[in-house]
Amino acid sequence: MLRIEEKLKILADAAKYDVSCSSSGSTRKNKGGVGDASASGICHTYTEDGRCVSLLKILLTNHCIYDCAFCVSRKSNDVKRAAFTVEEVVDLTMNFYRRNYIEGLFLSSGIFKDADFTMERMLRIVKKLRQEERYNGYIHLKTIPGASEELIKEAGLYVDRMSINLELPTEAGLKLVAPEKDHESVKKPLAFVKDQIASFKEEKKLIKHTPIFVPAGQSTQMVIGATPENDFEIMQVAHDFYKNYKLKRVYYSGYIPINNSNSLLPQIGSAPPLVRENRLYQTDWLLRFYGFQLDEILNPQHIHLDLDIDPKLSWALRNPHFFPVDVNTADFNAIIRIPGIGRQSALKIVQARKFGRLHIYQLQKMGIAYNRAKYFLQCVDTPFILGSPSMEHVRHAILSAGTRHNQRKVVAGQLTLF
Amino acid sequence: MYYLFDGTYLGFLCCVFESFERKEFPITPLVHTDYQIALFAETRTIVTDNRKALRVQKGLQKRVGNVEAMDFYRAFLSEDRKAWLASFFILHQIFNGRADIRQHYGNDQVLYFSQILKKVSRERHRMKAFIRFSKSSDGLYFALVEPDFNVLPLISDFFRKRYADMPWLIYDMKRKYGLLSDMRQVGEVHLSLKEVQGAAAPSIAIALDERDELFQHLWKHYYTSTNIEARKNMKLHLQHVPRRYWKYLVEKK
Repeated sequence: MLRIEEKLKILADAAKYDVSCSSSGSTRKNKGGVGDASASGICHTYTEDGRCVSLLKILLTNHCIYDCAFCVSRKSNDVKRAAFTVEEVVDLTMNFYRRNYIEGLFLSSGIFKDADFTMERMLRIVKKLRQEERYNGYIHLKTIPGASEELIKEAGLYVDRMSINLELPTEAGLKLVAPEKDHESVKKPLAFVKDQIASFKEEKKLIKHTPIFVPAGQSTQMVIGATPENDFEIMQVAHDFYKNYKLKRVYYSGYIPINNSNSLLPQIGSAPPLVRENRLYQTDWLLRFYGFQLDEILNPQHIHLDLDIDPKLSWALRNPHFFPVDVNTADFNAIIRIPGIGRQSALKIVQARKFGRLHIYQLQKMGIAYNRAKYFLQCVDTPFILGSPSMEHVRHAILSAGTRHNQRKVVAGQLTLF
Repeated sequence: MYYLFDGTYLGFLCCVFESFERKEFPITPLVHTDYQIALFAETRTIVTDNRKALRVQKGLQKRVGNVEAMDFYRAFLSEDRKAWLASFFILHQIFNGRADIRQHYGNDQVLYFSQILKKVSRERHRMKAFIRFSKSSDGLYFALVEPDFNVLPLISDFFRKRYADMPWLIYDMKRKYGLLSDMRQVGEVHLSLKEVQGAAAPSIAIALDERDELFQHLWKHYYTSTNIEARKNMKLHLQHVPRRYWKYLVEKK
């Protein structure tokens, strides 16, 4: 038998490409045992890649009957295989949790034998934690596509969040690298869990002591940059999934090359598309929290997000007629559309202006990114400029005044003499 | 004018009471042990009187509600004199009928108050995240911390609810006191110097649970394994886990 240490190494390494690490949104209370959920979630540490570590994220096993080209655990990949026993996962989770290392467990798995067999084994871990260890901390469980609805429903009674990964944004992309899989097998269980959550909520209205069912909702993940989908296609898919399955989150994961055996995928050594990934998340936020419609940011005319500037600024530059916004009179929804002003600052502005009209120095102190925002807003002492500056000029001014990272990009576009 | 008080929140509230009673404003609240700062200035020593403090607290709750009233306690725990001054200014405004003064972000004092609140709240959140318990052979889970602000009172409830079935101790090395839970209630404890030194080097002085080192070891392994080398971003890493916290983090030690 492998030592627990080696198993942990193999099965944590294989699970790390799953991005989701959120531990928020659950309402589970400690009922005479150990652990509870923190509504806002807690990141207990961060790895050197800057990603949060909130949950003990492991695979039950990396044995898998599938052969998806983008996946490190695919059947044909020559990696060491391992599998935890139920007791080992429970022991690790409890001991890490009691030492306050983690906020809970994220359990995923390769598919061994078949979907139901795998799901059943995962369910055993979850039940043991809840029933025998009286553990009330967070549990994120992967739904195994193809598992029976009875198993999924039972699991939902014990876990806080469930998720299934779309893997590739489009069906066509998926067929290229994982011919055995399809989006339908993801959509079906997502829809099933969504309906269950809704019906448990209905029931709760009538009967107070209805058990909680997946209180932190569902999420999914797409790999970005492995297949040739453009940003418009990706965000359309995300948008549909938010709408149709009431997802809490869609995660975008920049593809990290893990093998050279499939010539369709980026090869080892090519950098993961980190900036693009960031822009997709920014777009996601604009859609969910800033009142933007998808077609304002991405549409058939603009199918790619600008990598040099964020999507809000990019939208603003394309829509000069919307600006300048007077922060002393405009409503909240207009103020959050100003590049460089977030929701928190906008709220401060709206509250503070009741005490008198705001000046530049006050805005600066409140913590807005004034150097970016100044081209798009107006306050008491905004200098009067005849005519409006061209947006091309604004873009250049912002980029060259920005961080060194941006400056390099601007300079790179110019000629070098020597 | 400096008001010298005993350094407790009740004492602080008494300063507010006295300043209204005597119609003295502005005043600067100061802990009497910091007296040398005010050596040549006019001072008044404020005696803590729980009834007076309670009257201020009740009046405050009536005007701004319990949640906002609590903010002044949080800001007090920052131990930052500028924040105390800002609190004083805001409290005066509130008791003079401007209950909505907290929204006046264009005002320096109000803005500073909201910023310090944010800092305290961030530190409180960090302590919930960064505290690492070790298990001793007699079953006590203990942790040492050095928070930037005096946030132990703000995390007591959180740990009491979460770890209700195990005894635990969280000790603030900077402020020399800790919280001890015996599974029934949480109390404040002060350790002797020898005990503190023992806790700082537990492998020598405190007998650890036989499996504690195993789990520390496994946690470090997990931490390394879950990192994606191709995405390395030390700037972001340091932003999230500033170096001053590394000392007590198992995975960064």
